[in-house]
Amino acid sequence: MTPRALLAVALLGAALPALAGEIATADRRSGYDFMSPETKAMQDDDTANPAMLSVLDGETLWTTKAGAANKSCNDCHGAVDVSMKGVAARYPAFNAASAAPVDLGQRVNLCRGQHQEAEAFAPESRELLALTALIARQSRGMPITAGGDPRLTPFLARGRELFVQRQGQLNLACANCHDDNWDKHLAGSSITQGQPTGYPIYRLEWQGMGSLQRRLRGCMTGVRAQAFDFDAPDMIALELYLMSRARGMTIDAPAVRP
Amino acid sequence: MMRSASRLMAMLVAALPAFVVAQDLKPYTISGDGIPDSLTGQPGDAARGRALVLARSSTCILCHSGPFPEARFQGDLAPSLAGAGSRSTIPQLRLRLVDASRLNPDTIMPSYYRIDGLTRVGSAWRDKPILSAEQIEDIVAYLASLRE
Ligand code: HEC
Ligand code: HEC
Repeated sequence: MTPRALLAVALLGAALPALAGEIATADRRSGYDFMSPETKAMQDDDTANPAMLSVLDGETLWTTKAGAANKSCNDCHGAVDVSMKGVAARYPAFNAASAAPVDLGQRVNLCRGQHQEAEAFAPESRELLALTALIARQSRGMPITAGGDPRLTPFLARGRELFVQRQGQLNLACANCHDDNWDKHLAGSSITQGQPTGYPIYRLEWQGMGSLQRRLRGCMTGVRAQAFDFDAPDMIALELYLMSRARGMTIDAPAVRP
Repeated sequence: MMRSASRLMAMLVAALPAFVVAQDLKPYTISGDGIPDSLTGQPGDAARGRALVLARSSTCILCHSGPFPEARFQGDLAPSLAGAGSRSTIPQLRLRLVDASRLNPDTIMPSYYRIDGLTRVGSAWRDKPILSAEQIEDIVAYLASLRE
């Protein structure tokens, strides 16, 4: 290595120090591991998992022609179980046109706009949740790979900064709970590591489907902070950091969570 | 028995403190590791303090446990409040509640009577302390009574 390259590596190392509370790879656990046996059983059985209804909905949408272009997802991509295998595991991914990462929902909406010439689906709409659930389903059992693209480095750094930043009236950082206290309980409830392995999820509390963004907004409001808007750049950076923090963990989407 | 955390998180935010109008903080003086004088000039009411500690909106038992047989769900992020009055003096308890970060800069315990130095506080809570001076004094009176 040239001295200059060595210097660059050293600087990179200095810019991204390991955080004291970071969870060792061997200790990482998905939200699934914290669930009751009944909720695990509900997730494991496709005929009992309510999120599978959303996947079915997504299958219909996949083959439905839409927009001025009158094309379906299937017209461009072909069979979802072939073309979308492993895709959710690498999102959020770098989008060259905007020179920024986009999450899976935003990617679906880019296709809506550019290739179907249709209107974007609203955040948390039935359609967007159904298509992302269908696509995420195709990565079930596969390891998360998000965050490897070097163009994502500054966005990852921003996501990590947000993760460790104290916020809200209660002045708590994500890391205070999810890195430092994941083996503890907030009142009677497991805190978990905040791993994003299962999204979109069917949440018993919501009695419905929701995205990772919705979940993150819940935690932000919980500490009495101003939640990021849906699709805000900081929201995507935080999602990206969470996915890269979970790199190598297995996707269990569409999951059930309490 | 299983209990959803998002309901908990919702309860964190559901009930706002009784005083919802933005207000100036009453001035106080820190002496050593405590605040010697009552924030209100009056002693607090321990019975009201107990009810406040148990109230979800005060957030205490999300993290702490204590001698509260009626509270089914208590947290384990923080030490039990049992015996708090034997371990700390009243001035220490008052500073602990007003601004625990003065005692331990890395603490996760929120500062209940502080409005500065916070990031992105939601609009419903902005420029308001988590608890009022009266509520702090009531809780201090209750904690001081927890002896072992
Ligand atoms: C005061 C503690 C606390 C703070 C601070 C907090 N969370 Fe959470 N978080 C929880 C609890 C409790 C749950 C619920 C666990 C469950 O039932 O799935 C949760 C759940 C999650 C989940 C869902 C995990 C899963 O298995 O589906 C994610 C992701 C998450 N949090 C991320 C974050 C992020 C990012 C932040 C900061 C913006 C944050 N949390 C701040 C307590 C907290
Ligand atoms: C987010 C977590 C959290 C919340 C909410 C919280 N605390 Fe604490 N508290 C702690 C931790 C952690 C400690 C241990 C010392 C430290 O880290 O500063 C502590 C310490 C204390 C102590 C000293 C304990 C001792 O050893 O005697 C008292 C008293 C106390 N808290 C009272 C309260 C009261 C009353 C409330 C609510 C108005 C409250 N706390 C809310 C986390 C919390």
